[in-house]
Order: sequence, then structure tokens, then C-alpha cells
Amino acid sequence: MFANIKTFPVGGIHPHDSKLSAKQPITVLPLPETVSIMLSQHIGAPAVPVVNPGEKVKTGQLIAKSGGFISANLHSSVSGTVLKMDQVVEASGFKRMAFIIKVEGDEWADGIDHTSAIKTEITASSDEIRRKVADAGIVGLGGAAFPTHVKLSVPEGKKADFLLINGVECEPYLTGDHRLMLERAEGILIGVRLALRATGIKKALIGIEANKPDAINHLNRLTDDDPGIEVVPLKVWYPQGGERQLVKALVNREIPPPPKGLPIDVGCVVLNVATCYAIYEAVQKNKPLIERIVTVTGDAVKNPSNFLARIGTPIKQLIDAAGGLPESTGKILSGGPMMGKCLSTMESPVTKGTGGILLVPDNDAHRKEVQACIRCARCVSVCPLGLEPYLLMTLVEKDMLDRAEQEKITNCCECACCSYTCPANRPLLDYIRLGKFNVIQRMRKQEKK
Amino acid sequence: MSAAFIYTILSLSIIAVISAVILYFTARKFKVEEDSRIHEIESVLPSANCGACGYPGCHAFAEACLKAEVLEGLYCVPGGNECMAKIASILGKTVTEKVPMIAVVRCNGDFNARKKTTNYDSAKTCEIETFTYAGDTDCAYGCLGLGDCVKVCPFDAIHMDTTTGLPVVDEDKCTACGKCVIACPKDIIELRKKGLKNRRVFVSCVNRDKGGPALKACKAACIACGKCVKECPFGAIVLENNLAYIDDDKCKLCRKCVVVCPTRAIHEVNFPPRPVQKEEGPESVTKEIKRN
Repeated sequence: MFANIKTFPVGGIHPHDSKLSAKQPITVLPLPETVSIMLSQHIGAPAVPVVNPGEKVKTGQLIAKSGGFISANLHSSVSGTVLKMDQVVEASGFKRMAFIIKVEGDEWADGIDHTSAIKTEITASSDEIRRKVADAGIVGLGGAAFPTHVKLSVPEGKKADFLLINGVECEPYLTGDHRLMLERAEGILIGVRLALRATGIKKALIGIEANKPDAINHLNRLTDDDPGIEVVPLKVWYPQGGERQLVKALVNREIPPPPKGLPIDVGCVVLNVATCYAIYEAVQKNKPLIERIVTVTGDAVKNPSNFLARIGTPIKQLIDAAGGLPESTGKILSGGPMMGKCLSTMESPVTKGTGGILLVPDNDAHRKEVQACIRCARCVSVCPLGLEPYLLMTLVEKDMLDRAEQEKITNCCECACCSYTCPANRPLLDYIRLGKFNVIQRMRKQEKK
Repeated sequence: MSAAFIYTILSLSIIAVISAVILYFTARKFKVEEDSRIHEIESVLPSANCGACGYPGCHAFAEACLKAEVLEGLYCVPGGNECMAKIASILGKTVTEKVPMIAVVRCNGDFNARKKTTNYDSAKTCEIETFTYAGDTDCAYGCLGLGDCVKVCPFDAIHMDTTTGLPVVDEDKCTACGKCVIACPKDIIELRKKGLKNRRVFVSCVNRDKGGPALKACKAACIACGKCVKECPFGAIVLENNLAYIDDDKCKLCRKCVVVCPTRAIHEVNFPPRPVQKEEGPESVTKEIKRN
């Protein structure tokens, strides 16, 4: 169907994609009784509260202000009373500050258009778009939750010539972006045009993996008359949704190595399709980021579904809405099977970065016995960054951080291809992640000196 | 035949003699003058090469002692005052005595006090578990029990108690080198004064949550009720970040705080057993939260 299909050249794997909920339309989740909105849902400084316990808030009202340039505003996702500020267990198991809001009706703040009518006409100027995106507290909805207004502000001295839209959704099981592209494509495309205007870029490429032909065809049809936006089908190959891999696959450029290299260094801005939709809502309809699509799925789940859930909804409610927790569940992941984090409690709330909830049956949930490395180099051949995971793991184990730094441990994107493919079940990524953190810490300390 | 033997022996002997002469002269030419006192100092050091002095081993420490004008700031932790006094006498310098310290494990959450709520099955090191998530119990501060401290101890002085899942310090072997303090990712282990007759009183908890959540997570947690602070006649206890801390400089080992602590989070070590409490004992004792 797609001749000369593009992908990134080094490493990668193709896990079974198990998109169980791909045919399920997006359903709006009923409002919960209380929501807990975490103060830090994004990369960067936590937001600073602007409402006090006891106050009444409306849906979409600002409740915490951005705490710096790399930070994001926070809005109430429901209307009701702020009960208290309390410590809530987040996905990592640690307790963090959150607003607890009791839901009373659904009264929206003034000036927000929350109907489904599509507003095509773009009137906002570039500065206005950036300001509205920042006001709406939009962060990257692909998972990393990087504040979007920062991405849309091209730094001085740098020139962007490609806007890359990430509709890859290479994580198995997750289908939120796929459904969004099928059901809200018009909104996404307006979001793309807004982003083009904000950054001054002329050309947008939408990368979609070939296992979503319906989405590719749908978007192709809608962009026929627009030479500025092109839909590019990509080979089904994990981790194509990673920024580095996507830039390489779509425009064949290589981002300089982390922690400093960013897509903007090679003239690219990368946005997720869901982020584009959020930009559309924020600019055209004044609607802040208060809800997102969360896929609830798993092999034993009764009704795998795509929910439109308000931020702060307890994850338990999503699982109940998908037919309840199957008895065989051994592990609940927030995110996909490759990069998702294991939840320690179902009371944790949905945050801006929650893309999916995956219920893993008990017999798949456990790690197998770790054996000695047999030097088969499978991890080397699948690493999309050309690293040697087996070596890095040993270096971290032996605390040889100097050598690990030389071996570019900081380039690791934590895609977990190495751990996935290891025949000896070695916890490669666990060690590499730790080593990467320690090396970066050390580099920062040396920089300060 | 015999001629072959003779030639062999002869030629080898000649090579041996020539080599010996060469070696002799090279050794004289490249001789490194080393102060003999370094060996003397090394012989009094414990030779554990633990690095607690801040030098990469005992030899390097001996060199540093020799070079230093005053012994101030140089201290062999495992050797202690005795060792430092010997070094001082070798070098003809003076040294000030230091208070002996010991590593103290500040977590009391055994299997009964806090139940495992999740199952961790990745790499079996505390460092990686801390990096992955908060830990396999509800307490995000407590001991993970995977023994990073045990692996790092050069003196075999810390061991895992399999009945409680907590590390135990061997008082005779611990030299307070501080390696376990650095290795513990949860900052549970602390170096404290060994105390008079090896007696110590300390808060065996590092949970900085408020009382309610702390008690929910672990029955042996410090709930920051402040009773010990009120009880202490010497003002040695401070309450900070929902956690009581006993300053071992001010503590006079009266043990009044141990009695009032409702969760028994304050521990006393090496004290003789108390006289049996009478039925109408202090009110605070009867109010104690019973641990199953």
C-alpha cells in the first residue's frame, strides 16, 4: 500500500501492537465525585497555587500559576469547592502536593466555548497564539509533558523550517491518538496551522505509522488542498514516536546528543497530535487543558476503551468504567507496556501526561529469572541510539561512571528496547537509567564548579 | 652428550651473572627514597583500605600523615583514637581525641509494622528500587531491605535480619567509616556518638509525613506528636518536618522520651532492663498503641 515507506535507520523493534481499543470511539467519562489535581504535572518548576481551600471554582478556572518559564498553568477540571491541599500518591508512588476539589455540577468559567462546533477561521497573531497556549497550561500530551509554549517560542538565532506532528503512537496497546485523528481531525489540523503560524514555519509533516491506514487516509483527504501540511506514512517500528527517531525518519536530520540537543537545533519543532488538538481548543475556543484522552486496555479487560477524562479523575474510576479490574491483574501501568510506569495505587489521579492505563495479567507481570550475559549483542542491535546496553549496565553496576560517560550513557532515551530483547532477562534499562541520572548529576556539579 | 650439558649450564650462568649486574646497577640508579616511617605508619593502620579518611587507601593516608604539618583534619576512622595516637608518636606530632561514633539504622518498620503493598521484582539493589518508585511498602521513607549497606561495608559489620527485613549493625565491628551512610539511598543510616558505656537513645524513623499518613503507612513510625519534645528535660529533641530528632550532644541518656513515645519509635540501646512497671504506671504508657 505504501511504497518506500520511511523509518529511522538504527535499531528498533516491532513488538506485537495489540491495539485492542482501536475500534472504540472516544467516550466522555462521567464526572467523578472528587478530583485531585497535582501541582506538578509537567517538566519544570511546579505551579504556584492561586486559590485557597474553601473557595468555589468553576470548570476551566485558573487554580495555579506557572512557576517559571519552563512550567505550566493549572486549571480546575471541574466546578465545585476546593476541599484542601494535600499530599496525594502520584504514579511514581511518592506523595506530592495536589488540590482536592469536590465536584458540584459542571459550571464552566466565562468565555470558554465547550461545544463541539468547529471554528476554522484563524485570527490570532503569532504572539497571541503563544500567549493563549501558555495561559491554557498546555504541555506535550505524548507523555513527557514538556510545556508547549516553550516549544512554540523559537529561540533567537535559531531557525525552524519543519513542524513535525507526531501521530506515530508506537507504544503497543495505546490508541488515544489514533481515535483522535479519526474523530477530531479537523481540530488537529487547525491546531497544526496555529502552530505553523506561531513558529513561522511553512511546512508541517504529520508522521503516522502504517498500522493506522484509516487515520492516514482520513487526514490525507482533509489536507488535499493544503500544500503546507503533508501526511507521511511510517513503517511500524518502535520507538518511532521518540523525538530523535521521528526527526530522523521524517526529515533525515540528527538532533545533537542530549542532555543539551533539542529538535530546534536542527530546525524542527515536534508536537504530538493530541497537543495540536489542545492548541486548537485553547486558541479558538479559549478552553484550557482540563481533559485528555486516556486509553484503558489490557488483554483481560472486559471493554478496552478510549475515555475523555478530566484531569484529576482517580484512575480507579477509569478502570471501573472499562468493566472493572479483572481478577487476573498483576500489574497496573500508567502508559504503554514499553515505557509505562507501574502504579502502586489505583487512587492516583489522571495527570496531563497519562496516555493510557494498561492492566497486565499476573502471568505476564513478573520478571523472569536474571541470567548471565551471553554477549549475543541483541541489545546492541536494537538500540536506536547505537549504544551498547550490556556494557553500560556492567559499568553502572561496577560504579565506573567515567567510562559510562565516555560510552555516552546520557544519550539513552529509555525506550526499553534492550530490556525487551534480552534473552537473559537482564534488567538493562534499570541500571542504565540509574547510571544516566548519576552521570548527569555529576556533569551538572562539575559545570557549577 | 656431557659437553651439551656443560655448555648449557655455563651459558645460562653467564646470562644470570650479567643480568644480576645490570639489575644491581639499575636498582641503584632508579632507587626511590621513601621515608621508612611510612611503613611504620602503615603497620599501625587497620589496612582495610576503606577510604573513610578521604584518601584512596591506607598507604595514601600514611603518606598524607607524613607530609602534613599538623595532624588536624586527618583521621583514621576505623583505627580510632588509639591508632591516631600511635601515628602521632611515630611522627612526633600531637593529635586531638575524637568522640567514637557508630552507624545507627533509623528505621523500625519490620514486616509486622508495615505490610508490603506492591511487589518489586527488578534489580535487587536499593538504589535502583528508589529510582524506580517509592518502595514496596506505603512508607516512602523506610528501609527497602535489599542490603546496599551490607554490600558496601568493608568490615562485615552490618547484616540483614531476615526476621525483620532491616539491617543490624554489629557494634564490635562497626568503625563508623560512613560507607553505609553514603550507600543508603533513603538516608536512613546515621553516624551517632557511641555514647557513655555504648548507650544510645535515638529516633528510629525518618518518615517526614504528617502523623496520620505516617501511622497508616507504618505502625512504628514517628507521628510527630511532640510528646518527647515536651518530656525532654535537656531540650535535646527537636521536631522538624514532622519528625523528631535527638541531638546526641545534648542528650543525657535519661530515657524519659522512650517511655512517652506512643509508637515506640524512640529506641534505647545497651541499657540495663528497666524495673518492672507497676499497673498504675504513667498515663502515657497505658495509652501506647499496641503493636500486633
